Amino acid sequence: MPAIPAFPHRHLLGIEGLARSEIETLLDLSESAVALSRQVEKKRAVLRGRTQINLFFEASTRTQSSFELAGKRLGADVMNMSVGSSSVKKGETLVDTAQTLNAMRPDILVVRHHAAGAVALLARQVGCSVVNAGDGAHEHPTQALLDALTIRRNKGTIADLTVAICGDILHSRVARSNILLLAALGAEVRVVAPSTLLPSGIDRMGVKVFRTMREGLDGADIVMMLRLQRERMDGSYVPSVREYFHYFGLDEEKLGYAKPDALVMHPGPMNRGVEITPAVADGPRSLIGEQVEMGVAVRMAVLEALAGNLPNG
Amino acid sequence: MVTQPPSSAVRPLVIGGARIVDPSRRLDAVGSIVVVGGRIAAAGPAALHQGAPDGAEIVDGTGLVAIPGLVDMRVFVGEPGHEHRETLASASHAAAVGGITTIVVMPDTDPVIDDPALVDFVLRRARDTAIVNVHAMAALTKGLAGRETTEFGLLQEAGAVAFTDGRRAVTSARVMRRALTYGRDFGALVAHHPEEPELAGTGSMNEGETASRLGLSGIPREAEIIMLERDLRLVQLTGGRYHAAQVSCAESVAALRSARQRGLDVTAGIAATHLTLNELDVGAYRTFFKLSPPLRTEDDRRAMVEAVAEGLIDVIVSSHDPQDVETKRHPFAEAADGAIGLETLLAAGLRLVHAGDLTLSRLVEATSTAPARRLHLNAGTLAVGAPADLALVDIGTPWIVREQDIVSRAKNTPYEGARFQGRVVRTVVAGRTVHTYPRD
Repeated sequence: MPAIPAFPHRHLLGIEGLARSEIETLLDLSESAVALSRQVEKKRAVLRGRTQINLFFEASTRTQSSFELAGKRLGADVMNMSVGSSSVKKGETLVDTAQTLNAMRPDILVVRHHAAGAVALLARQVGCSVVNAGDGAHEHPTQALLDALTIRRNKGTIADLTVAICGDILHSRVARSNILLLAALGAEVRVVAPSTLLPSGIDRMGVKVFRTMREGLDGADIVMMLRLQRERMDGSYVPSVREYFHYFGLDEEKLGYAKPDALVMHPGPMNRGVEITPAVADGPRSLIGEQVEMGVAVRMAVLEALAGNLPNG
Repeated sequence: MVTQPPSSAVRPLVIGGARIVDPSRRLDAVGSIVVVGGRIAAAGPAALHQGAPDGAEIVDGTGLVAIPGLVDMRVFVGEPGHEHRETLASASHAAAVGGITTIVVMPDTDPVIDDPALVDFVLRRARDTAIVNVHAMAALTKGLAGRETTEFGLLQEAGAVAFTDGRRAVTSARVMRRALTYGRDFGALVAHHPEEPELAGTGSMNEGETASRLGLSGIPREAEIIMLERDLRLVQLTGGRYHAAQVSCAESVAALRSARQRGLDVTAGIAATHLTLNELDVGAYRTFFKLSPPLRTEDDRRAMVEAVAEGLIDVIVSSHDPQDVETKRHPFAEAADGAIGLETLLAAGLRLVHAGDLTLSRLVEATSTAPARRLHLNAGTLAVGAPADLALVDIGTPWIVREQDIVSRAKNTPYEGARFQGRVVRTVVAGRTVHTYPRD
């Protein structure tokens, strides 16, 4: 009988459905990608001859360029498509777009879409591998993987750490993927937010829920801040930027509630002065720059893991 | 209104030896049904004492159940405006397969049925093309805009059996008050979709843990409860006739109970989907399970089944809502609401009967007698003289819902692959057989 591959999936649609061992496989692969990316010669041939299309229905500089570099370092031909405006305006549906692209015979589609479930819908329509680069408020698995890698490299482990995820949990795919991943690896996950930014039933998703930073950050090893979209600050979810910042913006005083060696993370892009002060964001306990570096490595690892299971292989 | 006219030209029909379940007469007994001139001449254990009429077609009903044909008071059809989804003709064929002999079509077509001439158009089209009885509800407000009420009197004279804005709620309490007040003078029934749109917001499924895990925004149950309670207060204020088109939450039952106790002229309906499915069926963003109101929790489903059994929810509907690929094959939040249901209404209801949650008699009442009574239709009964609209059902036959067997023009059934027990083997409208299974 052939050995069961370490990562037996054709797509990466979410953290949900991944076994702990599969997550660890991806993190281990990422470590060697970090080493590779720090060399002068960054190229490998794992994806040579393969075509990767980055299909972004939502604009994203960071994630898209990260996936582009990851694909190129592994030798793939990478094409970027921003579909935000053109086809959708012409009435073409997501499924039409998927079928059109599928006819061009790509090997990997990296997809971001503003609607939850859209990437899974697309994956059912195409013959290639699909990577979820963020679907609505559902999942953003590579972000959770890069966060986990960053934590593991700095703390040596993830198990038994206390991680406080703070801010707009309601609209955050980053929060959902992180909750699933960190809990799978044995961390205590907390969410800290005003009640208007907490999804209904969050207390049944394996997290501890806090409404104040003082309680939520007490004893935390990692403080993970989330971006608050500007359109949600005008009284719809929180009354004003200054009130939000007063109670939930991470400054040095609030960071003081966490453990003395607590580290600060943010998936970006940041609103300095809304959810985090520049002093904390750019300070010695910030891992924000390292997260970006780990992003490329994790995406290389994901593409490499999928390379073993690509169709036409 | 368009009913298929009983006619002396129709060959007499005798169904012998069937279990007859006719809640309109509290009848549940083995007997025969004699149909002459398209009307019931006799139905019961003693029906054949006079012998069969000359030249009658004789159908052996042994082992089968004969019921008054179903009356489905919430059917969305694409005619006029979206005939590629469903026409009156195609809906009527789907209805016949499901043992439904009367459908009541909703006014939110294109154009909206808010003018007597348009009611007339729908009923004429139905008379010319449909094989079951078709009635129409007219719009409650002009253009379904929720601002000005329609011409209740003239629309009723044209044949409208009730007034509704279909999938939409009338958000203005002032407009709803006026509709109930003015409608009372005409005995008009206001059928409303009780959902507070501000609270429902951009939600696409039941609010709660399942929606949160899927990253979908939810529709809180309070969106229904608040609107229903508002409506019931306005019914108390105005003395109007009110029907909650579809309810879905356990708390709505309490509101209905209280309204009944206060003697208000209030009824409520529920879709068969909401009695047989729950929010977990949405699974991995399956848009055929995206309904309005949304599928709720299993606790709600159980509460609703009990309320139907108790009679607090009067009517079961299909809420047949044909959608196609262009409106359903989208990310969940962007897909249209609705499921087809004419062909599965009775089978889904029988699932509750087989489970022991509902008596067969109560199911037939809720799907036939009660809606006919509420809309003052001459249907839902096998009483002597009534139009011979009936269904003959083999309630033990197992079958599986397969897309290729669906008669409806649209295929958006949430029951694809579902196992049902109970199949309509003959549907009769005004004495004419319009459907048999297996096909003749």
